[in-house]
Amino acid sequence: MPSEPLLRVRDLVKHFPLPRTILDVVGRRPPEAVRAVDGVSFDLTRGTTLGLVGESGCGKSTLGRCILRLYQPDSGAVWYGDVDLAALDERALAPFRRRMQVVLQDPYSSLDPRQSVGSALMEVLSVHGIGTPADRPGRVATLLGLVGLNAADAHKYPGEFSGGQRQRISIARALAVGPELLVADEPVSALDVSIQAQILRLLLDLRGSLGLTMMFISHDLRVVRYLSDEVAVMYLGKIVEQAPAAALFSRPLHPYTLALLSAIPEVEAAPRQLIEIEGEPPSAVRVPRGCRFHPRCPWRTPRCLEEAPALRSLASGHFVACHEAERHAG
Amino acid sequence: MTTPALQVTDLRVDIPTRRGIVEAVRDVSFSVLPGETFALVGESGSGKTTVCRALLRLLHPPARITGGAVRFQGRDLLRLRERDLEAVRGRGIAMVFQDPMTALNPVLTIERQIGEALTDAPRDRGERRRRLVGLLRQVGIPDAEHRLRAYPHQLSGGQRQRVMLAVILARRPAVLLADEPTTALDVTIQAQILRLLASLQQQLGMALVLVTHDLGIVRQVVHRVAVMYAGRIVEMAPAAELFARPRHPYTVGLIASVPSMDRDRPLVPIPGTPPDLVGLGEGCAFAPRCPLAAAECRRGEIPLRDVGPERLSRCLKAELVGAPVAV
Repeated sequence: MPSEPLLRVRDLVKHFPLPRTILDVVGRRPPEAVRAVDGVSFDLTRGTTLGLVGESGCGKSTLGRCILRLYQPDSGAVWYGDVDLAALDERALAPFRRRMQVVLQDPYSSLDPRQSVGSALMEVLSVHGIGTPADRPGRVATLLGLVGLNAADAHKYPGEFSGGQRQRISIARALAVGPELLVADEPVSALDVSIQAQILRLLLDLRGSLGLTMMFISHDLRVVRYLSDEVAVMYLGKIVEQAPAAALFSRPLHPYTLALLSAIPEVEAAPRQLIEIEGEPPSAVRVPRGCRFHPRCPWRTPRCLEEAPALRSLASGHFVACHEAERHAG
Repeated sequence: MTTPALQVTDLRVDIPTRRGIVEAVRDVSFSVLPGETFALVGESGSGKTTVCRALLRLLHPPARITGGAVRFQGRDLLRLRERDLEAVRGRGIAMVFQDPMTALNPVLTIERQIGEALTDAPRDRGERRRRLVGLLRQVGIPDAEHRLRAYPHQLSGGQRQRVMLAVILARRPAVLLADEPTTALDVTIQAQILRLLASLQQQLGMALVLVTHDLGIVRQVVHRVAVMYAGRIVEMAPAAELFARPRHPYTVGLIASVPSMDRDRPLVPIPGTPPDLVGLGEGCAFAPRCPLAAAECRRGEIPLRDVGPERLSRCLKAELVGAPVAV
């Protein structure tokens, strides 16, 4: 197994400072920030897909954007081979932009309504200096074919396509530069279920035929299960559990993962009642002391209120940040 | 035999547009018993929300009801005077929406909004307040005394939906229409709200009409279900039976499209896209995407017919439709 990681993320932190009012300044209140990503480390093996799952506000999208350097992380490193992307300036970053691409959730707002699909793809090719002006129309046709559209669709505008077709166009645009890494941030969340299945199948096929490394960000564990080799569960800016997909779903160790699995309304069979949690995630501005999950956790002990659990290995490749994992889930 | 809490017959809704008339809802009939949970399930544009809004005549113009009847407590809501209908809305039949922010008044406190809904509001302010705090506690809002003074924007999405349910609890309607009530919520919060909804229903003996796109929810909380496609009910069945043996190819496709936690079950998308509802034409609207479609499927009106006890299907080939999970 080629286990050399394409990407090694270390202690990544991204906080968004809250705007200060005059009262905050006069009252000498300490500055506050949304701690969107609060110390995240993981490896992404070449040719595999990491599913990043969590509920709104857990920091999964921010993490994706920090890796793509759409956000400048506050601290930490994103090692792409032996280069730290977090430390590069925009100029030095340019060659890496071609190697990493993104597909976003909303195919309505991520395409320019006044630019034909063909022209949008041509633009990508010419900006990155791919091919010659003469052979670019051919490349555009190939790309459209790759995502299940017709070459004739190049003349159409985004408004003439349905949501699922637009998402195909977004994928074609991301693939135009021949990336190694594709970050897909909730790529099917805006789509109806029958169309969602089409796009998932397309991503799965493309990953196989192009050997893509993928980071697949989603709130939906069902979708993540379908595509991922490895899954990381995020809660309030931290990874609380990470494991090969099969292990995570068959033998979850973190109470939050268990709660997420219990909450999924499954089509298959009777509900599986593993664990129910009450309450809502706390604000990422005032993160709870100790373990971040403790206010909602049915397993909490006095230790959890004081000491933040580190992400530690409990089985081969299975990491969990919980003091009580052995006792309850073991 | 129990009388249905709500009975819908041959409902028909048109939306005139520049391109022609959108046949938004056609030939929709169903009834819901007291205490029963009935789901209208379908994808965007299937007409499920339009049906739901039409029941209380809450359609946005230019959409208009062009036929049918909605029987509730011995009256046809579609023929009621607006003034009489106003008395039914909220008290007889209540509705919760996907985004409770649109249903709550942003400039009134939670106390005012639930207070208005109390059917027998006590005169005494202290007593009234205790009642409201009790309601908020029942729907699981922590720190209820404090929360009464809050405005909707100060609450999270889940809490706003809980406030809506407190209003329902105060009004004690006979029928609750819930239009994607948990779609905007995170999955752990969704599970909490669904549990709460089920307990309210039991407590009040309400009939619940749940509009949803999520087959998982249908599987887990619903008694009977109608699957909608292109403005029509294409299949109706008790929920467990719908999943065990669907009798319409669209239902099969829909079930097979939901990714499973069990990775061994293949994900099989439905090819193509839903049809344009302007000038839908003859035959089965699903035929262009259907693996079983034959020449006769493209002619005439396909009737919704009996295919078993309590089971209806709008498919000529219903008997050939197999189970979604090929073993």
